[in-house]
Amino acid sequence: MELENTTLDVAIIGGADEPTAIFLNEAIQETTEMTTKESENEAKDISIADAGITAVFGYSVVFFGILILMIVLYCTGAIFKAKDAKEKAAKEAENKSTKNTPAPVAEKPLAPGSAGHVKLFDVPDKEAAMIMAIVADKMQKPLNELHFISIKEVK
Amino acid sequence: MDILETLKTLWNDSGFHSFLVDGGWKNLIMIAVSCVLLYLGIKKQFEPLLLVGIAFGCLLVNLSYFSPASADALYHLDLWDNFLDSEHPDYHSYGAILRNGGLLDILYIGVKAGVYPSLIFMGIGAMTDFGPLISNPKSLLLGAAAQMGVFLAFFGAVCLGFDGNAAASIGIIGGADGPTAIFLTSKLKPELLGPIAIAAYSYMALIPMIQPPIMRLLTTEKERKVKMEQSRMVSKTEKILFPIIVALFVILLLPSTAPLVGCLMLGNLWRECGVTERLSDTVQNGLMNIVTVFLGISVGATTVASRFLSLETIKIVGLGLTAFCFSTIGGLLVGKLMYKLTGGKVNPLIGSAGVSAVPMAARVAQSEGQKANPSNFLLMHAMGPNVAGVIGSAIAAGFLLAVFK
Repeated sequence: MELENTTLDVAIIGGADEPTAIFLNEAIQETTEMTTKESENEAKDISIADAGITAVFGYSVVFFGILILMIVLYCTGAIFKAKDAKEKAAKEAENKSTKNTPAPVAEKPLAPGSAGHVKLFDVPDKEAAMIMAIVADKMQKPLNELHFISIKEVK
Repeated sequence: MDILETLKTLWNDSGFHSFLVDGGWKNLIMIAVSCVLLYLGIKKQFEPLLLVGIAFGCLLVNLSYFSPASADALYHLDLWDNFLDSEHPDYHSYGAILRNGGLLDILYIGVKAGVYPSLIFMGIGAMTDFGPLISNPKSLLLGAAAQMGVFLAFFGAVCLGFDGNAAASIGIIGGADGPTAIFLTSKLKPELLGPIAIAAYSYMALIPMIQPPIMRLLTTEKERKVKMEQSRMVSKTEKILFPIIVALFVILLLPSTAPLVGCLMLGNLWRECGVTERLSDTVQNGLMNIVTVFLGISVGATTVASRFLSLETIKIVGLGLTAFCFSTIGGLLVGKLMYKLTGGKVNPLIGSAGVSAVPMAARVAQSEGQKANPSNFLLMHAMGPNVAGVIGSAIAAGFLLAVFK
């Protein structure tokens, strides 16, 4: 084993890549240590009685492991179910409250005639219509192709 | 140039000559076996992704394995014997394999080191939706119950004279989980890898023939007709937490399951977390396909005639079938118990899906349920025990590994 590793080290260093050589050298040494420390993987003879006990015990271990997992899953499931129920209840309550409040009154269109809506600040409708008509005239464009965002009186 | 002498040398060196000397006829039988396996894989589509590779590996190794010392051989049985012999200088030396091995020896390192089965499990995790199991955790019990065949076959193997390691490797065939069987056998009894892998994959492919008679025998018409209620919806957060929880609990309980369960759950986490789609996609497709190529051909390489053609192989094939049948029975019996306890809400047929073999076993449960009641849809309900079976067989393998390693 030692001889084999040395040969490999020399071969790697020959590749003139020092970091790779160091890395591989360490890896090989680690592997060697691991394999030498590794327990003998020799077949175990087992009596029929022992086999019976191992089989029953093994089957029980599988059930035990699965049972623990099942309990954990039920617990997490219960948490999520409770969370879902809470969210559902909150949603229902919200729906109920929106049903009781009167529907919001639709806003009156502010400046009919122009494309889109225009917000008026301290400007009466009549004056706004006049301003829009003047702008359209000056720009040589039909009014319905212009979009006024807002008209504000500068004081 | 002595033409006659040259012809004689050519004949002596040829594979045809080797069939006539030193038990070469056994290789001829194995070549016939590999052709049968190829027929089953290609024509009958019995687990073709793996069986075709295994069969061709079997063909290659029996064509080239004329002399153990031959430098041209693809697979060297003697190298692997030395690898396992604690008194040999090449004991556990992958360096010796890399230096002296052929193509299939080098590929087989991945099996011996347990790399391929773990990577396959990663792919399975990335392809599996654990939703049905999370929504109905009691289906886990069916996955545990269906490991009965593993332990009965283990006991049977000891009764037939196998040692503990061999019996454990044979028993795990009952888990109906190819990668787990390969993983455990490569650790405990690598000499039996060929027959065990072939038996495991063949029986998995034969599930639609093996299970239905047992299902009909153990359940009544009334039980098979049971329609199950729709399971609850599982949230994304639950699906993300599931692999973490399973990895935590199962690996802490049985550390020897870490390679299989760890990879299975990592693959599933990549699938569910929603931020690693590229990795999930690679593991499900590219990586899975590459590993399947290496796994199939290198497992096939272990079917060298001198080892494969023995009374042991016949015993393994028989015990494997017994394991499969009893695993199905175990799942069905607990399914029947659940039927009784829930007042007829659980269809016991889903218990048979507790043997892993995803999704074949679940499909069989669905088809049997629909035969009894055409409006019955058991597939999603059977998927719960089916994926639970994967976890159950990994735990069983972990237990056997902990006891016999």
